[in-house]
Amino acid sequence: MKLADIITTVEGSLLTPCANPDTEILGGFSGDLMSDVLASIRPDSVLITGLSNPQVIRTALIADVRLIVFARGKQPSQDTIKLAADEKMPVAISKLGLYEIAARLSALGLPSFEMPLDRSFDTAL
Amino acid sequence: MTESPVFTDAEAAKITRVEELAYELVIDQVMTKQLITLDPKETMHAALEKFRVNHISGAPVAKDRDLIGILSIEDLIKALRDGRVDRRVDEYMTTSVITVRNTDQVVEALKTFRQYQVGRLPVLDPSGNLVGMLTKGDISDGLLAALQQDYEAEEVIRYRASHLFEDITSDRTSLILRYNVKKDDFFHGGKASNHIKKALLRLGATPQIARQCGIAVYEAEMNLIIHTLHGGEIMVEIEPHKITMETSDDGPGIPDIGQAMQPGFSTATEEVRSKGFGAGMGLTNIRSCVNEMKLVSSEESGTNLLMVMHLPHQGHEGKANIT
Repeated sequence: MKLADIITTVEGSLLTPCANPDTEILGGFSGDLMSDVLASIRPDSVLITGLSNPQVIRTALIADVRLIVFARGKQPSQDTIKLAADEKMPVAISKLGLYEIAARLSALGLPSFEMPLDRSFDTAL
Repeated sequence: MTESPVFTDAEAAKITRVEELAYELVIDQVMTKQLITLDPKETMHAALEKFRVNHISGAPVAKDRDLIGILSIEDLIKALRDGRVDRRVDEYMTTSVITVRNTDQVVEALKTFRQYQVGRLPVLDPSGNLVGMLTKGDISDGLLAALQQDYEAEEVIRYRASHLFEDITSDRTSLILRYNVKKDDFFHGGKASNHIKKALLRLGATPQIARQCGIAVYEAEMNLIIHTLHGGEIMVEIEPHKITMETSDDGPGIPDIGQAMQPGFSTATEEVRSKGFGAGMGLTNIRSCVNEMKLVSSEESGTNLLMVMHLPHQGHEGKANIT
């Protein structure tokens, strides 16, 4: 699914205009605990989160996330947006909740990119 | 001279690399320097021929380097309509010419184009000599070329770095990176780890290796920020066959390592949890990302966490396996 289609689907708006709308996003993940994200997100995913601090950007960079969607209209600070722009990490904001966003994307066929906990990194990555 | 641009924070956040380049590049870098000029005494017919042969739709009228006017295709059409192509260029040219300075930023030219709805702008140097012509197409080409250079610069860095181990001969070559991490510095939390990940990628590590090392060291970095007395140090040693990452601090130490290693066990405060950390998964995550992990801790000397990632052997002695 293309980045631009995801943003349209979640009624979101981009906060970093440098994003390439054609970026292919292969799956989705939602969560507020950054350790959970690091533990079980597969690369090339959209990260849907209710958290909006700079750590979300850094976590996303480490985890090869392709787009961050801040749910429930959580406006991130200017520092956070600047960090995202500097690191070329596309971020968007949506008024919808985490469940609604995930449901809409899932209905359009975007798979879950949450890995089961008992996997080993060697095989899952 | 132009004033330096002033932005609000909200505007600054929306600036793209292209917009930045519009401020970084000066007109001299993007303008056309091979000038096709017209003599004021030339006939309109001669001008028409110059336009046709050179595929242009306008040209400055100049004597040596002195700009006298500008002639556009509309002026030619007027002369054709009147059946007066034998008349001189200076009868039809526009004499009140809008110009830009070659030392100005490209963004100034963009403003001028928007303000005056002209197709091309003669460019003058600070002494007023005609030195070039500028169209919107020149600006697009210049910006695209600069973007391409940005991209190539990263490629060059990556290429040089990935050949680092090949270029240096020793019995055992390694590269050591050190980062200081401050207690409670949540704002910069993860910065060192992202630098480490980027360095590994530049050194030619596969995205998977860089990602796994990044995750492990990020969790360790956050532990320094959350749990230590004064923060600590991250040391990364990169060798052709392995990556060793080590964090150390001066306390308070972990009373029960077995308990700390249990998934979900956490001593983090509510404040830390509200930031998305302290879920008790850090050490578990680290263990699943790296090949070796060793945690040593005491109340006297603090905590030392060693993480080792072995790199797949390429069977070519002396060559950096990381590549």
